[in-house]
Amino acid sequence: MPGRQLIMDFEVTPTSHTLEAYRARGGYATLEKALKSMQPADVTKEITASGLLGHGGAAFPVGRKWSVMKPGDGQPHYLCCNADEGEPGTFKDRWILEHAPHLLVESMLIASYALGVRNAFVYIRGEFDLPWRRIQGAVDEAYAAGLLGAKTFGTDFVLDIVVYRGAGSYVCGEASGLITSIEGRKPYPRNRPPRLTVKGLYQRPTVINNVETLANVTGIIRMGAEEFRKVGTAKSPGTQLVSISGHIAKPGVYEVEYGYPWVKFLDEDCGGMLNGATLKCVIPGGISTKVLTRAEIETLTLSHESVNPAGSGLGSGGMIAIAEGTCMVRLLQVLLRFYHHESCGQCTPCREGMGWMHRIIDRIVDGKGVPEDIERLYAISHANDGTTICGMGDAAGYATVGILNKYRDEFEHFITSKRSRFDGRLECLA
Amino acid sequence: MKHLIPEFEKMKQRYPEGFESSLVLPCLQRIQEDRGYVAEEDIVGVMEYLHVPRIQVEEVLSYYTMLRRKPVGRFHLQACRNIACSMRGSEGILGHLVAKLGIQPGETTPDGRFTLSVVECLGSCGTAPVVMVNEAYHENMDAQKLDKLIEELR
Repeated sequence: MPGRQLIMDFEVTPTSHTLEAYRARGGYATLEKALKSMQPADVTKEITASGLLGHGGAAFPVGRKWSVMKPGDGQPHYLCCNADEGEPGTFKDRWILEHAPHLLVESMLIASYALGVRNAFVYIRGEFDLPWRRIQGAVDEAYAAGLLGAKTFGTDFVLDIVVYRGAGSYVCGEASGLITSIEGRKPYPRNRPPRLTVKGLYQRPTVINNVETLANVTGIIRMGAEEFRKVGTAKSPGTQLVSISGHIAKPGVYEVEYGYPWVKFLDEDCGGMLNGATLKCVIPGGISTKVLTRAEIETLTLSHESVNPAGSGLGSGGMIAIAEGTCMVRLLQVLLRFYHHESCGQCTPCREGMGWMHRIIDRIVDGKGVPEDIERLYAISHANDGTTICGMGDAAGYATVGILNKYRDEFEHFITSKRSRFDGRLECLA
Repeated sequence: MKHLIPEFEKMKQRYPEGFESSLVLPCLQRIQEDRGYVAEEDIVGVMEYLHVPRIQVEEVLSYYTMLRRKPVGRFHLQACRNIACSMRGSEGILGHLVAKLGIQPGETTPDGRFTLSVVECLGSCGTAPVVMVNEAYHENMDAQKLDKLIEELR
């Protein structure tokens, strides 16, 4: 494994996800310590000191988000765990939900204590069946053990957790779309300000954190911020779960210590490319992050301070390796079809723009593209940037511009010769 | 849906008080699980039970791709076609299913046994390509595995 492990640090067996096994690994001892020996503010202080960054894609400092909440201000507060893992290429939260659901429950209890929360939610995408059964099972076990729904460890702290299932919508992974969905409406994202930590779920202060982000909380409180910061780099403390797919020999979920060399990760840990192919480019963290070529990643490490200056980001950790010989025009077609399908339709630039871009790329692939189409794709991407309520319009533009900038010649070739330079291939050559 | 109300009441207990409207989606999901789809009488039932306007139930019902107002076949096959799956052969998988079942995506076989759909990312990219059969994921699919699967379900 690439570096030290904080989350995938136990052996997965058919029963390792149960309460009994989790307790045998020392589970819920950290919660007891926090409830009995720490004030809520101390917990938040520790998380802030740890430098933990959000793992949902934006890498926002968790402590800064939590610090906005004022536990004693007399109004209800809510915590939502974002388990609506839908960014194409991303499947790391699924690992936690399936194999370490109690780590998430314990972390949510600790976070709720820190934030003055009485009701918390896990919003999980509807397609996930086993992950849902595992997290619902863990919540049920925690209720039966008196950890939830009753005074935890004899203190005055009580928490209820609802596991809320989505029903097929990418936009629900956006924090404000997620809470609108929990409120029982169609998940239109909301304008900010007010920030969700001021007015979120049911118009009350709400913290929304990704599964992996929350899963780190227990470890930080157990070992202390100082120990946690010894893992990873100064600017990217800790680890990141990377889910890698595409033309790679050993796809799967890897816990990577921040600062680990990128090429070494691909060549050694992931077994190199499928069928001995050559790496053409890699999407670092979900399709909404810009593609980087083999040459660009040569000297980079897997850390925010290394990848961000290269014009991309680690995003959600959904890494996709793309082999030489893959047609980038058809790849972009797959992405734009997805964005068009998932646009919620609230904002005009996204609702119309996604459909427009999708029609243009379909036309190019059909051999009916015109030379101006490339500039049109740029223009629509730019028109979307910053003009929609949520980031989806921007994200589609980033993905498009990222591919166009680096592989413009493939698009020009497709338009002038009416065929793909690579036979329209998406699969890796055997 | 009346027979499900005791279950809904139990569900309600874990929600903060006064926010029954949050139950629109979970109620519709449970109804669909029970009946296979959401019928007109269910819409009225949910409106009356949760005291929400019809438009809210209709909006939720029409927005989410997993909710439906018409029944599907006994086995609902959903083939993923997003980036990771398409890079691992989902186009061939879909073509194979279309040929094998004799229906296009969105259609149901005349005997009502199979419905075929294409879907976007199922979050199973490391084991692509993926086909979902009802609620279960079938991973690392190829033509041979598909043939075996369809035979078992026939």
